[in-house]
Amino acid sequence: MTVRLKDLPTEELLHKGNLACAGCPEMVGFRHVLRALGPETIVINATGCLAVITQMGVPKVPHFHVLFENAPAVVSGIDDALRVQGRREGVNLLVVAGDGGTADIGLGSLSGAIERGQDFVYVCFDNEMYMNTGGQRSGTTPYLARTTTTPVGAESRGEPRTEMRRKDMVEIAVAHGIPYAASASIGYPLDLVERVEKAARVRGPTYIHVHSPCPTGWGMDPAKTVEAAQLAVKTGCVVLYEVEDGKRRITRGVARRAPVEEYLRLQSRFRHVVADPVALAEVQRGVDERYAALLARMA
Amino acid sequence: MTTEFWNGNRAAAEAARQARVQVVAAYPITPQTHTVEYLSEYVAAGRLDARLVRVESEHSALSACCGASAVGARTFTASCSQGLQLMSEVLYFASGMRFPIVMAIANRTLSVPVSIWADHQDTLVNRDCGWIQLYAASVQEVYDLVLMAFRTAEDPRVHLPAMVAYDGFILSHASEPVEALPDEEIRALLPPEPPHLRPLLDPNDPKQFGEVLFPDFYPDIEYKKHRALEESLEVMGEAFEDFHSRTGRRLSPVETHGCEDAEIVLVGLGSMMQTARHAATRLRAEGTKVGVAQVRVYRPFPDRDLVEAVGGARTVLVLDRDIGYGSAGMVYPDVTRALYHAPSRPDVLNFIVGTGGKDITPKTIERCVELGRHGYRGMSVFWPDARGPAEGIAYTPGVKA
Ligand SMILES: Cc1ncc(C[n+]2csc(CCOP(=O)(O)OP(=O)(O)O)c2C)c(N)n1
Ligand code: SF4
Ligand SMILES: [Mg+2]
Repeated sequence: MTVRLKDLPTEELLHKGNLACAGCPEMVGFRHVLRALGPETIVINATGCLAVITQMGVPKVPHFHVLFENAPAVVSGIDDALRVQGRREGVNLLVVAGDGGTADIGLGSLSGAIERGQDFVYVCFDNEMYMNTGGQRSGTTPYLARTTTTPVGAESRGEPRTEMRRKDMVEIAVAHGIPYAASASIGYPLDLVERVEKAARVRGPTYIHVHSPCPTGWGMDPAKTVEAAQLAVKTGCVVLYEVEDGKRRITRGVARRAPVEEYLRLQSRFRHVVADPVALAEVQRGVDERYAALLARMA
Repeated sequence: MTTEFWNGNRAAAEAARQARVQVVAAYPITPQTHTVEYLSEYVAAGRLDARLVRVESEHSALSACCGASAVGARTFTASCSQGLQLMSEVLYFASGMRFPIVMAIANRTLSVPVSIWADHQDTLVNRDCGWIQLYAASVQEVYDLVLMAFRTAEDPRVHLPAMVAYDGFILSHASEPVEALPDEEIRALLPPEPPHLRPLLDPNDPKQFGEVLFPDFYPDIEYKKHRALEESLEVMGEAFEDFHSRTGRRLSPVETHGCEDAEIVLVGLGSMMQTARHAATRLRAEGTKVGVAQVRVYRPFPDRDLVEAVGGARTVLVLDRDIGYGSAGMVYPDVTRALYHAPSRPDVLNFIVGTGGKDITPKTIERCVELGRHGYRGMSVFWPDARGPAEGIAYTPGVKA
């Protein structure tokens, strides 16, 4: 069922105000995710920006900030404890984490929880770097992006790992035989809500990877968060799709992809790329290759 | 009461089963592995209504226990050595959140060099993480202390996690007769069926946990946690009393043997203190007045009980089955701190024995007593087991008197 604006749940589950930077994508995404899941939800929050900024803007549901890498294990214990006590029915267990907590340090823990078939919705807010510690690279940082640990200098052009080897969390989840996984974007809230609602109906582990352009880390005008998120999709840097029982389906297709430059231009972390036609072509090629590989999997 | 013939791991698992744990999460590591295997069997056979979280690491094992505890379940885990070290970060999380998790530990040293054998390095490096630490000297004690750990940890005055440590192989794998309690007795001994603990995470009463605390308030929380751990000694004392009245077995924070008129008192943790008793009896027959003080409750540290146990002894020999590299054994500073203010203020010497599973025989103990008889003489830390300089014993020079 497609979610339309008038179907959006109206109950706000966040108290007003928060500690985020202006234009923060995680706060936008979190708000929608909570609304989609409703008040019978327990939130397990891995360390990262979101855990800090919700010190204010506190959720109106139980909110447990745990360690950086153990949220999937904590939710496993909650899932099993509620089950053995006969109190599991009707409660959504939501894990929220950043790309660092998910693709890097918490990958083993997430893998274990999915493999065990624990019942939870996992939402990763991917801002493509470690923002809570000030913007270091992560396993999802795009090729040639400047971060504090992949600076641009005489011997370095930014993130050296190619686009094809960038960690693909949806596919990693799918490789576990997960019943439901999807990508989503804070630029498309109706689609995001639909993905989350669908995940909540599934019994067992579900994974949603939410692209979250971060003005602070990416060197962007805070007014452009949503625009950047949409451009990421329009250029094919991000593909919105879902995987149900192994079957992949594009949830928001792009008829003609725009050149990546339109997306990169908004971000100072790519300034050296935009200024260098060779680097720009390389980035475009990387995105094309990754896009083609993903589309080939759809068939 | 029935007499069973159990090894230490079995005793720990049986106690956890009788405590009706609801969530067990653990990861295999020698020599602890059997504990989880036994519990898996109990669940498979329908003897225990619990869920096993078959985690992919010790870090996740303790994290899963934290999750279960956060919704009010009684939880149990087991580990040691490398596994316990991998949990290190979560140990503080568990005590900071005041989760009354109970963990059994079949002590094993830390790599490298690789060794699967017993010493107390693994638990002692984690002595200051806000957990109760109990050390068993026999399989019976493993059983008894796991029960006492649940009772004390879950007491509302305490609400802290607890570790029960017992020497790998020496206690984990060796079978001894154990007096087991009937289930009804244990029901009476322990707090009521969970969730008697109010779940922290409850959609009907939403709250936020695990959050940032600014420097202004941090000391208050630290002080409360510290005090709760200190006061758990009294709570445990009540539990020991109740246990005694039900079983006739008397547990105490410091177990003494022949200390009353002793000139030399041996102090230490775990199974080696049984050997020490044996050696002390022999030495006594030969005319040396040796007493033994087994520290059973190590965190909180029972200062007063220790001072009482040592009494008027002239010399105290601390047997450390561990080494705080660059300093002394790790039990030693606790003992010297407690005795510094004791009326008698005895000489306190430190012996590093039995590391990496080196056998501690009556001869080892006698050697320590022999060295101790000569007094302090500018040396405080002795290594009777190690191949060292000159007279065959390596030592770390102490502060000159
Ligand atoms: C074990 C551990 N290592 C390192 C840290 C420091 N740390 C806290 S958050 C963070 C990065 C978070 O990045 P990400 O998961 O992408 O979330 P974001 O802040 O970008 O939303 C790091 C490195 C920590 N808290 N714990
Ligand atoms: S750094 Fe980025 S993700 Fe973090 S609070 Fe600021 S805008 Fe949000
Ligand atoms: Mg991030």
